[in-house]
Amino acid sequence: MSRPGRDDAPDRLYTLTGGRSRSGPDNPFDLVTLVVAECDPVPGMQSEHTAILRLTERPTAVVEIAAELKLPVSITRILLSDLLAAGRVSARHPRKAAVPDPDILEQVLVGLRNL
Amino acid sequence: MDSATSETRPAAETRTPLGASADNGLKIVVVGGFGAGKTTMVRSVSEIRPLNTEETMTQAGEAVDDISGVRGKTATTVAFDFGRITLDSRNVLYLFGAPGQERFWFLWDRLFSGTLGAVVLVDTRRIDDSWYAIDRLEKHGTPFIVACNDFGGPTFTPQQIREALDLDPHVPLVNCDARSRESSKIVLITLVEHIRSLYADPARASRQELV
Ligand SMILES: Nc1nc2c(ncn2[C@@H]2O[C@H](COP(=O)(O)OP(=O)(O)O)[C@@H](O)[C@H]2O)c(=O)[nH]1
Ligand SMILES: [Mg+2]
Repeated sequence: MSRPGRDDAPDRLYTLTGGRSRSGPDNPFDLVTLVVAECDPVPGMQSEHTAILRLTERPTAVVEIAAELKLPVSITRILLSDLLAAGRVSARHPRKAAVPDPDILEQVLVGLRNL
Repeated sequence: MDSATSETRPAAETRTPLGASADNGLKIVVVGGFGAGKTTMVRSVSEIRPLNTEETMTQAGEAVDDISGVRGKTATTVAFDFGRITLDSRNVLYLFGAPGQERFWFLWDRLFSGTLGAVVLVDTRRIDDSWYAIDRLEKHGTPFIVACNDFGGPTFTPQQIREALDLDPHVPLVNCDARSRESSKIVLITLVEHIRSLYADPARASRQELV
């Protein structure tokens, strides 16, 4: 077992993202944003993009994608924003509020009690 | 839950996909010192085998979004693990196991903004491991409870533990065995009930934020 990213040479990360910086504050992807593929991988696509499209045939959280790809979260978010910009994935962002919705808290309690 | 897909896809065999209608991810963080039982607790309640991932940050505490930070070798990484609990057809709870060390907190906002709350997991043989985490959670205004993991060491009264942690009287304190699903489940329920009561009583919620 190896920790993701541990052995990644900086140059590999640089190549993956083309050196761009797009995981800043305006990157919309939360750790638990659920990502869904909107198309099949096409030949010649960057292999990480292919892997993401396969993983997200069903809704998959950003953090799960990062773990499966063994890439740091920030790099995964850059890859995802590329795919989102190209319309190849859609994103279901967490419903964030300053104060959690009481109905959601109730649903969490019901779900936990049913475990 | 089973996978509806039948094509040959080795990676998928070990994965349990979410239902197609899942659309809202929620977070709870389990924070504690090394060996406090975070991964054990996540494993006890998770529907997937806990996964491990990491975030990269520069020494200034910025997550790496400028790759030159990585190239300049000024970046370090923090690892964390997580599990998942499908609550219903739309809501999915992610449970994160996060180390309590100082350097991790640089990434708290980036990783855990919007978290419902936190469980501070305490090994009573090393109570001071959790001081820093409690301090940060209080400053942050993040709702939390304290769970003492039973390692069979000397037992302390709740009052002794509260004093050692300088715990606000309204913060719930429970004992648990992180290896037990039932016990870990009760910890999470206690946290969510605490969050619910905090927000049902705005005076208490704002007091917590001011601490
Ligand atoms: N006796 C006892 N051992 C535990 C308990 N929880 C965890 N452990 C053990 O303590 C060790 C560290 O736990 P781990 O979950 O890896 O800690 P982490 O570093 O916080 O993730 C492991 O060997 C666990 O099996 C507990 O409630 N009681
Ligand atoms: Mg661990």
